[in-house]
Amino acid sequence: MTDKNNIIVYCEYEDGKVADVSLELLTKGRVLADKLGVKLEALVIGDKLDNIENTLYPYGVDVVYKVEDSRLYPYTSNPHAAVLINLFKEIEPQICLMGATCIGRDLGPRVSSCLHSGLTADCTALEIGDHKDPKTGKEYTDLLYQIRPAFGGNIVATIVNPECRPQMATVREGVMKKEIKDASYKGEAVKLDADKYVKPEDFVVEIIDRHIEKSKVNIKNSPIIVAGGYGMGSKEGFDMLFDLANTLGGEVGASRAAVDAGFAEHDRQIGQTGVTVRPKLYIACGISGQIQHIAGMQDSSIIISINNDPNAPINTIADYVITGNVEDIVPKLIKYYKKNSK
Amino acid sequence: MSLNIIVLAKQVPDTRNVGKDAMKADGTINRAALPAIFNPEDLNALEQALRLKDANPGSTITLLTMGLPRASEIIREAIYRGADTGIVLTDRTLGGADTLATSYTLAQAVKKFGNYDIILGGRQAIDGDTAQVGPQIAEKLGLPQVTYAEEILDLKDGKVTIKRRLENGVETVVAPLPCVVTVNGSAADCRPRNARRVQKYKYAVSPSEKEKLSDEMKAIVDARPYLNLQEWSAAYVDADPEQIGLPGSPTKVKAIENVVFTAKESLTLGNDDEAIENLVKELIANHTIG
Repeated sequence: MTDKNNIIVYCEYEDGKVADVSLELLTKGRVLADKLGVKLEALVIGDKLDNIENTLYPYGVDVVYKVEDSRLYPYTSNPHAAVLINLFKEIEPQICLMGATCIGRDLGPRVSSCLHSGLTADCTALEIGDHKDPKTGKEYTDLLYQIRPAFGGNIVATIVNPECRPQMATVREGVMKKEIKDASYKGEAVKLDADKYVKPEDFVVEIIDRHIEKSKVNIKNSPIIVAGGYGMGSKEGFDMLFDLANTLGGEVGASRAAVDAGFAEHDRQIGQTGVTVRPKLYIACGISGQIQHIAGMQDSSIIISINNDPNAPINTIADYVITGNVEDIVPKLIKYYKKNSK
Repeated sequence: MSLNIIVLAKQVPDTRNVGKDAMKADGTINRAALPAIFNPEDLNALEQALRLKDANPGSTITLLTMGLPRASEIIREAIYRGADTGIVLTDRTLGGADTLATSYTLAQAVKKFGNYDIILGGRQAIDGDTAQVGPQIAEKLGLPQVTYAEEILDLKDGKVTIKRRLENGVETVVAPLPCVVTVNGSAADCRPRNARRVQKYKYAVSPSEKEKLSDEMKAIVDARPYLNLQEWSAAYVDADPEQIGLPGSPTKVKAIENVVFTAKESLTLGNDDEAIENLVKELIANHTIG
């Protein structure tokens, strides 16, 4: 446990399963660790962690820190923050990654506030690179570039934390790819004593009721997505998108503007602050294509854009552009699919 | 029991309605082209505060905001809807603050404010979408936090019961007071302005706004203490100059780009029946659909 300045990923754990976003970050963390020539570490905090390390090693994890205590599950802010804060003082990681989930976005700021380390939320890319301070001229090597759309998705910013450690970043589920590095990769498990890191008075917030339910909408894994934007005009306007999605065997997604306007539910939101998707076919209906939306769907295999505006930004990344009214074109797609598929 | 409630709020550019003129040719933001609004989730937080005040007569709601002097606009807006008063934390030295420097400064202001029972704020602001300032303030004040709050169900005996809306469900928690609560957009909408309050408070001004008034108007404001909003400086809240603004921000913006996506070779299709049918046939033939 004397190893210092490695990369650590906070792994979320629910129902005996590590969250996908954590595995995605381990995959990315391995790439970054190789680049830096350091170890990749995972931190799991909870109860009944059993042989969780065996699930994590294949992602190229060198060290799995396990903090097991019945009071540490389900997650509450202060106790988990206390573990990270005190452990980080010991092992001084140079980079800490966590999911931009309700947990990561609750925990990360608390830890960064205490350690005075910079934290960047909802990154869409992470890279290693150098930096020269434009004012002082001081040069830094091998910093973490934390890249994210900003300002409602109208620009993309590269953020660095030159002086403070760890460099902390959160990333949404689905943004990074999950990939096993080596099924026989072996690391080391280190059990930590919860009482050494958490004080009894950290358990201040009590959970009295909890209903965890899987979202009924599964746009992340749908091979076909029909997405609507603000241009659909209303909740009713989305009905025809559901018809098309049902016909094609896909799901309905929405842009942030459409979700904010109440046309579609939150869990259908695609983009930097929603879900990132990579379907076989993405049909964008009345979506202009703000960066923050495009960031969440640009890796789709085939993109069809249907828009009144021939200059809609999304058209530049679309494979097929149809200029016209969504209300006219979507029914035609349904009609001709029914006619030609058998 | 009367409560001292602080609502943290931010005046933000309306990034949801960005027009084509919002970006300058050099890729920077044309702030002048964006209207400044009350951050939407901070209004959800204000509504929860107003409900606490309804249930606990005699409570006081103070809006605390950090920003440019014009941020007093959102204080007036909050007062029209039922808040009691407000403080603009404004100082040239606060410019360029990241979330950590912002939370430090706001935490200093909260300490200066002193006696409070609960601090409410929106989950996140639409110009940054980070959701970091609430928990960071909680940590700096040594207080518990409840994020993603959808509804305050109960507040009594020094404890608050809150329903949280998470990505995969709902959680009900009990936290001791004082604590920091950040409120989700899924919470109840804020009540509208109250016409009588608009009449009463429409001339409420901050000191820098008061300076610009005619002597006659100044006299009117001076005679009515409730029309005087507060403006606090970094020095007034005993903020360490090393921990505020750009110098106090561990994160630095290395580069900002107006992204150009690698354009594909798009095929522009007609919107007539034949073109659509051909597209569908092609997608079926290459097994994309069907």
